[in-house]
Amino acid sequence: MATVPDASGRFGPYGGRYVPETLMAALDQLASAYADARDDSDFRDELDYLLRQFAGRPTALYFARRLTDAWGGARVYLKREDLTHTGAHKINNTVGQALLAVRMGKRRLIAETGAGQHGVATASAAALMGLECDIYMGTEDMRRQRLNVFRMRAMGARVVGVSSGQCTLKDAINEAMRDWMATVETTHYCFGTTAGPHPFPTMVRDFQLVIGHEARRQVQEQEGCLPDAVIACVGGGSNAAGIFTAFLQDQAVQLIGVEAAGKGIASGQHAATLSAGKPGVLHGSLSYVLQDEAGQTLPVHSVSAGLDYPGVGPEHSYWKDNGRVRYTSATDTEALEAFCELARTEGIIPALESSHALVEARKVAPTLEKRQVLIVNLSGRGDKDVEEVARLLGDEMRPGGRA
Amino acid sequence: MNRVDAAFRRLRREGRKAFMPFIAAGDPNLDVTAAVLRTLQDRGLADLVELGVPFSDPIADGPTIQASYQRALAAGVTPQAVLDTVGRLRAGGLNLPICLMVSYSLVYRPGVPAFVEHAAAVGIDGLIVPDLPVDESGPLAEILSSADMAHILLVAPTTPPGRRKTILSHATGFVYCVSVTGITGERDAFPPGFEEYVRGVKKAAKVPVCVGFGISRPEHVAAVAQLADGAIVGSAISHRIADNAGGAPAKIAREVADLCQELSAPLRS
Repeated sequence: MATVPDASGRFGPYGGRYVPETLMAALDQLASAYADARDDSDFRDELDYLLRQFAGRPTALYFARRLTDAWGGARVYLKREDLTHTGAHKINNTVGQALLAVRMGKRRLIAETGAGQHGVATASAAALMGLECDIYMGTEDMRRQRLNVFRMRAMGARVVGVSSGQCTLKDAINEAMRDWMATVETTHYCFGTTAGPHPFPTMVRDFQLVIGHEARRQVQEQEGCLPDAVIACVGGGSNAAGIFTAFLQDQAVQLIGVEAAGKGIASGQHAATLSAGKPGVLHGSLSYVLQDEAGQTLPVHSVSAGLDYPGVGPEHSYWKDNGRVRYTSATDTEALEAFCELARTEGIIPALESSHALVEARKVAPTLEKRQVLIVNLSGRGDKDVEEVARLLGDEMRPGGRA
Repeated sequence: MNRVDAAFRRLRREGRKAFMPFIAAGDPNLDVTAAVLRTLQDRGLADLVELGVPFSDPIADGPTIQASYQRALAAGVTPQAVLDTVGRLRAGGLNLPICLMVSYSLVYRPGVPAFVEHAAAVGIDGLIVPDLPVDESGPLAEILSSADMAHILLVAPTTPPGRRKTILSHATGFVYCVSVTGITGERDAFPPGFEEYVRGVKKAAKVPVCVGFGISRPEHVAAVAQLADGAIVGSAISHRIADNAGGAPAKIAREVADLCQELSAPLRS
């Protein structure tokens, strides 16, 4: 398999840099600072130290025995990113980018956030390194992920509400980009996913690759073999890219990405970019995107604020086209059921984002034999979601309870 | 020769600097846009016009132009409809040079050749694609060149000298010199180092240099005229349209023209 991206940040036809000229010098600076850092053992050692001692890595690869019994097929493992400091895989990336910001002499971090997990992880990394921090968040997301707003503020970040468009993740990215346009000389934009202009898709993937490296080693230790399938949810696609990349060369390992089908793809109220979108340009890269015929971004919907996004990382578009990863989707209702099932069966409350991956795992597991192995990337914990789930399902939190 | 090159040639001959209003197309509807363009031509108040195509996610624009685009999108204005309006105005005798300010999202989706072909057919003279840096613009540049349309590139205060040289060697029509490190919007004053920066661009450029972002008062226009070949005014006009959005097209057009007269006065004296 060819190595992607190329020097200009292309994954096949996808990726690139579609941003105002004002940002180009900063992207060049970032790409070169990242290339230097990647080859610098001091940087790698410091990152490794922080991932262990601060973020709590490695995370467990947990054999979910009761879930395996319930589903009656493959042996189901959960890669426990929910156990990291701040509660999701996002911290892997923010610690790396905050170190880079310091290396570049930038004293301020800005970030967008949807579910609030990337915002919390950025706020945490900023506090750790004594950097100023502003987080852009759609006002609808501030409502449905209220707990994360408090967490960001507690760690000294300023949370800026964005009330344009649908007041969700896409709009938060627009505002963060506008901030960066004016502050680019002193501020690092700590982008949260494998989308955006080069070098973000590559750099964020690389920082998240720790998930896949650990999972690959752990499954070999625990099962003596590679998994038959690896399943992850895909919004922008960072947790999926992080785990998939470690298994890309192992053609026998099925890789499955799960997007948010919202109220069903046919309803038009979804965020299943790869399943229902077309190639286009959004937020700095060429990739699949949900747009109308003219190229205007379409409104999207998902119960999960982290997946509620009309774009996707360019490398996922590349994997979709070359067939290495199969992309599917899960509806809001299915995700809520999976949320409840994991909580009751294993005593683990998953993030609504990760619940989408569980929906597909539940479908795939029974089709595999009992000796086969399936890994679900449990990208985050669901503490942030309990209020919203209670609102949707009723205080008893049973699927069908209210929604 | 296309209208952009012809306009700058005439301006140079007359020893004048260009005044270039930016109009967000379709704000609050396309009848207003048509009336504004006709009035600007009739009163001789614009040397060139920059026509903004409403886009859902304009990351280089401040609140004023974002709001203009939102009003236009809410009125159902599409890129197709903007181009069709220009086509009708050309048929009715509009002869102003018109450059389209359009996001690459909107150019890419229907296909670059198809978009440019449509724009050329209705009489658009050049494209400014603010989110398509020179590094990615090869395919578009080629198609624009064969359609005899200007490919207007931007330079920013953050552009390093080597990069600036590359941009200036590819720009045709004019080069859009972004006055500030930031987004569009009315500002009180130019940032520190502004004069030196614009002089640097002007010295290195073979095409005319026009300055935009933050220009909203006659004294700004006067200052730019000392340094460059033209001044671009956007948000101040959008602001004026917003203030009069409920009015009849002719009334809004008169308001915009009056504002342009005031802003361009330093160039006519």
